[in-house]
Amino acid sequence: MPYRTTIERTTFSFADLKELMAKATPERSGDQLAGISAEGPVERLAAQMALADLPLKAFLAEELIPSDDDEVSRLIAAQHDPAAFAAVSSFTVGQFREWLLRPEVQQPQLEALTFGLTPEMVAAVSKIMRLQDLIAVAAKRQVVTRFRSTIGLKGRLSTRNQPNHPTDDSLGIAASAIDGLLMGTGDAVIGVNPATDTVSDYVRIVELLDELRSRLAIPTQTCCLGHVSTAIKAIAAEAPVDLVFQSIAGSQKANDGFGVDLAMLREAHEAVRGLKRAPAGANLMYFETGQGAALSADAHFGVDQQTMEARAYAIAREFQPLLVNTVVGFIGPEYLFNGKQIIRAGLEDHFCGKLLGLPMGVDVCYTNHADADQEDMDALLTLLCAAGVNFVITVPGADDVMLNYQSLAHHDAEYCRETLGRPPAPEFERWLGEIGLTDASGRLLDSPLKLTNDIAALRLLEARHG
Amino acid sequence: MAEDSLTRREPPAIDLRRMTEARVQLGRFGAGLPTRAAQAFLLDHARAREAVWSVVDWDRLVERLADLPVGTVAVESAAHDRSTFVRRPDLGRKLSDRSSHCLAGMPRGSDVAIVVGDGLSASAIDLNAAPLIRAVIGRLQLHRLAVAPIVLASQARVALGDAVGEALGARISIVMIGERPGLSAADSLGVYITYGPKTGTPDSRRNCISNIRRGGLSIEAAAESVVALVLDMIRTETSGVALLTRR
Repeated sequence: MPYRTTIERTTFSFADLKELMAKATPERSGDQLAGISAEGPVERLAAQMALADLPLKAFLAEELIPSDDDEVSRLIAAQHDPAAFAAVSSFTVGQFREWLLRPEVQQPQLEALTFGLTPEMVAAVSKIMRLQDLIAVAAKRQVVTRFRSTIGLKGRLSTRNQPNHPTDDSLGIAASAIDGLLMGTGDAVIGVNPATDTVSDYVRIVELLDELRSRLAIPTQTCCLGHVSTAIKAIAAEAPVDLVFQSIAGSQKANDGFGVDLAMLREAHEAVRGLKRAPAGANLMYFETGQGAALSADAHFGVDQQTMEARAYAIAREFQPLLVNTVVGFIGPEYLFNGKQIIRAGLEDHFCGKLLGLPMGVDVCYTNHADADQEDMDALLTLLCAAGVNFVITVPGADDVMLNYQSLAHHDAEYCRETLGRPPAPEFERWLGEIGLTDASGRLLDSPLKLTNDIAALRLLEARHG
Repeated sequence: MAEDSLTRREPPAIDLRRMTEARVQLGRFGAGLPTRAAQAFLLDHARAREAVWSVVDWDRLVERLADLPVGTVAVESAAHDRSTFVRRPDLGRKLSDRSSHCLAGMPRGSDVAIVVGDGLSASAIDLNAAPLIRAVIGRLQLHRLAVAPIVLASQARVALGDAVGEALGARISIVMIGERPGLSAADSLGVYITYGPKTGTPDSRRNCISNIRRGGLSIEAAAESVVALVLDMIRTETSGVALLTRR
């Protein structure tokens, strides 16, 4: 069905829903690469006006990617809860935006709506929201998850301590993790992206992280971000796997490019649950996503990259994950060209994830071939804290020496604590005090005696130290 | 003072800097970096941005490979210049018309096609490609595998190796490519190996060895891994995630 808007006697026409969505998307290089973006700001605004007048119900009548060909579309249809949708079913996309912004709409209303919304509806409304709207609405929606720490409570900010090493050297990983711990990071997870892909390396990495965590009695989780099929084998070998990780995207074909499908994720979820390492009801999965993943696998079917990203969240929410983050600037300038595009995409992904019920975090990051720098990251981090992001990723000195990109520094978490007043998860905050890393007011102290002694006593470091 | 005696009793601080090249123990003032560390970061970022925009010394590479029995052939992708290459990965995965014609006229049916692509770091190729190629070819010859002329590809993405491997009718493609530069490593080489390369092969069908450089994975260790993967692919007639499940 075609969609039309008239601006000053010029009629703009959009052949179908996915063309309307693509042309209504704020400018970004990935949609231009795909050849689906608006030709200019006026056509974009015409599409946004037509989208604003579209009834939300239209998304139930017209699928962007047919269910017949795609298991993600089938999952989206199966997840939709008409009773929950009733609260907003009479609205257009524009009226839905206004409803979201009303002060009487708060956590209870937004939480009740979670499975009434489809990813496409959430993506649509985000396209007609400015940054302030995205922040204001996301800040009203808390998604709290638990394992050994409680993540996503209002007014707090958790961190993933990401101790990557170019060759997965055990000592190198430990040193990087300890650097982060001394800066007070790691309450969401201490999680390594492995450079290697064997089961034995995966097992070695989770064993070393588990030893670090248990010897220092840190109330957090650990994770090796290897492929889910590797995790399944490591679990079968009874390795200490806290969380199963997988990268996911918004179509079956794109996930095929990652070598994963829903059945494999279900198998992994069952397997990790069987290890019984967490209290009952804990969240056990960790997903990463990012705009452009589907397009880079030629698996976007003419759908804009931001909508494809939101579709990936349908997969994530099927597994009640502990953590989900978009790796927003990681994929490169062909998808998000500069700091402005990265900042908007980070806030869109956070907003869409939260509305769909995800414990959303963001890897605030960029690559060296993008037109972005650490100042753009300062802006995005500060805006995300205003929006109530669950967690961000931090590495030593903002430089990931394995993945070759820049994320946030452990220092940036201290900025959020000192200047923005965002303490970590309560269990971790207590640990920081007990171990002597923070004083009574929560201020970070340098090299506390007890922790330094405990670290020096670690078997792992004894091997080559002193 | 009490505080001084406390400090004196502390064990020597653990020196994390000896254990990793990551930017550990930078020190801090509040949440801020010391000025020197902050400016060192800015300098490295400026250098990495330059690395993206420099050009491989292809003539020098040809010279360094001249004594190998396989020969070389130069191709380019459909991305005509650096600026197009950065914005248009689709063009970086396709051969230019000229290069397609050129490869179409070459003998087909080798076991292995080696493709060297600039990717996002010219210095990775300048420093690491020649020794890695020599180490890999030496080992492939021990196993009596036939190697096609080495394809030197400019403005190339990983998947350009599919088009090349297909054109040469090779059973396996080995793509050696400049990884996107990081702050501390702007010269890292990645290797992507694919069984039965064809245009449109998904990334899950590849096996990857990354971070090959001085201070990272050594040339010798990388060559061992590359050839081990090649032999496994020939044995199992598959690659990528499917190979990992069968190893």
